Amino acid sequence: MPEARVIPLDGRDEPRATRGRRPQRCSELADDGARCRRSVVAEGLCDEHLTQLQQAQAEAEMPDWERKVAGALAFLRRRVTGEYPVDDFGFDPDLTEHVLLAGVRPLYEKYFRVETRGLDNIPDVGGALVVANHSGTVPIDALMTQLAIYDHHPAKRHLRMLGADLVFRSPLIAPLARKSGSTLACNEDAERLMSSGELAGVWPEGFKGIGKPFSERYKLQRFGRGGFVSAALRSGVPIIPCSIVGAEEIYPIIGNVKILARLLGFPYVPVTPTFPLLGPLGLVPLPSKWIIEFGEPIHTDQMGPAAADDPMLVFNLTDQVREVIQQSLYKLLLQRRSVFF
Amino acid sequence: MATTSSDSRVVLITGVSRYLGGRLAALLAADTGIERVIGVDVVPPRQDVGRTEFVRADIRNPIIAKVIASAQVDTVVHMSVIATPFGAGGRTAMKEINVIGTMQLLAACQKAPSLRKLVVKSTTAVYGSSSRDPALFTEGMEPKAQFRSGYGKDSTEVEGYVRGLGRRRPDVDISLLRFANFIGPRIDTPLTRYFSLPVVPRVFGFDPRTQFIHEDDGIEVLRQSVVGNHRGTFNVAGDGVLLLSQAIRRAGRVAVQIPSPAVSIVGSIVRRAGVVDFSPEQMQFLQFGRGVDSTRLKQDFGYVPQYTTLAAFDDFVAGRRLTRYVDPERVAMLEQLVLAGVDRGRTVNA
Repeated sequence: MPEARVIPLDGRDEPRATRGRRPQRCSELADDGARCRRSVVAEGLCDEHLTQLQQAQAEAEMPDWERKVAGALAFLRRRVTGEYPVDDFGFDPDLTEHVLLAGVRPLYEKYFRVETRGLDNIPDVGGALVVANHSGTVPIDALMTQLAIYDHHPAKRHLRMLGADLVFRSPLIAPLARKSGSTLACNEDAERLMSSGELAGVWPEGFKGIGKPFSERYKLQRFGRGGFVSAALRSGVPIIPCSIVGAEEIYPIIGNVKILARLLGFPYVPVTPTFPLLGPLGLVPLPSKWIIEFGEPIHTDQMGPAAADDPMLVFNLTDQVREVIQQSLYKLLLQRRSVFF
Repeated sequence: MATTSSDSRVVLITGVSRYLGGRLAALLAADTGIERVIGVDVVPPRQDVGRTEFVRADIRNPIIAKVIASAQVDTVVHMSVIATPFGAGGRTAMKEINVIGTMQLLAACQKAPSLRKLVVKSTTAVYGSSSRDPALFTEGMEPKAQFRSGYGKDSTEVEGYVRGLGRRRPDVDISLLRFANFIGPRIDTPLTRYFSLPVVPRVFGFDPRTQFIHEDDGIEVLRQSVVGNHRGTFNVAGDGVLLLSQAIRRAGRVAVQIPSPAVSIVGSIVRRAGVVDFSPEQMQFLQFGRGVDSTRLKQDFGYVPQYTTLAAFDDFVAGRRLTRYVDPERVAMLEQLVLAGVDRGRTVNA
């Protein structure tokens, strides 16, 4: 009886000449760990494994800059052909890591010279909620906090920020916000993020904090309705208070054009010492020195999800978080030598 | 097809001449556990529906009650809520068919003592589309913005009438299935036509999240609701989301961004050309997108879609043989070419 011939199902481009006699098999292992069943092209390897080997060899002897070029090209190819993952919230890690965060990194390292403290208060895995003070007219403080955690936390975590509805209504900003990992600040999204083990970030002062006059700098505004506390209680994740010093001075607000704001539908139209006086030049922020400090986590898992329906407890916890951030802000301000150094 | 332990004996399907209705009818007709399959529509079905008995009737007409009563129908599958005014002959006619048709059909259902099950094909459009939407809608959530008109509004009204029937006939098991946008190699929807345009218009400055359900998965969910017992409301969507920009890139199309004030003008031109429907509702969707949570489908209903949103979309692109103007192979070749150039430059310098 003649020996049964194995017909490789995936070897469609096999050259016709090898038909009839038994082709030599590739000596590499296939993805599933079994022996690769393709026929040999050269060096005892099939075409696919040969390319892989050649690529690995080429990469090993590549100089650093060339590897960067290759990385950039691969990134461009992925963007053009749409081959990148996006999560349910629209978060695009490929774009965020390679472009968006790289774009704000010089600002973080060279311009504001951000000093980050207490990163060990952020867990390596599992859900948590970072609650921070908001300031600076433009929400640069959120970007800096996101980069601080991604660059300096050992687990390289992405901070998933909860943003106002205005963000998701604005053209250009809306898709960027979603792609960089933000989502709408609503209970459903906050709980979904945290219960799936993500690190969420919230700035509960909202526009009241970011658009407050310079004279009220470092005075915390009302912390919304405490929605962030009930979301953390329901998901049973720790609340990590975060104090940001330095952001208040980047665009000192000395006036607010309320009529224009109402016309444009913005929460405020700021007047700073340089804007709109110097035109586009007024958009350059002042180079203040920043400190971002993460405080001790406040654990909520023992209180149970039912605690979220106890308004008194939610109010008290909200006040507690607010108080911790305020005290830490005062402490950091005392330690700071000057606004710019 | 094997015999199923279905308690449905006589099934009536509305909208049988449309693609999904026809496919479901053919599938149920092949099931020996079902005695009779009756298909109702205003035009005869074009595709093969097996032993399905076709009844030419308009569900807006009380004749439907006679059909249900005389055939002792025990399961009604309502699939004739239409998404676009396109084939119906205008928005007014579309609303008539959707709302009045459903009212008439449900009135007939209420009077039919033989009826035990009602399956309604609804849509995730009932959640609307706005900037204040949560990332994923679950079945218990309400839309964040009010509808003015369109498919979403019609479907919301249809669902209202269905709930009304549920209150008056608690003995009838109602499966309300909210499907995400259907996609696949064969189905024809405004969205598949949209992605087949050589140049795809997008709203400037927005990149909505979209979600798809593969036609095969959709049909299977409908079939299982008929043969099994799945009372309740379920979101039916493939896992994951796809950004519109990403989808256009995966289809190898070229996107053109149009500022939102100009969109309605361009939209009406395209609509008049008869290619794609750009209703105001669709425009909202192209700005803000929508995502739904299908956990309930997977856990309570017990069906896990075979295709994720991404896989369903890729199957659509591959199955339609869309010409990918931006060809991934060529892009990869270009990448290799540049790399080789860089490599050569280095060796020459060395």
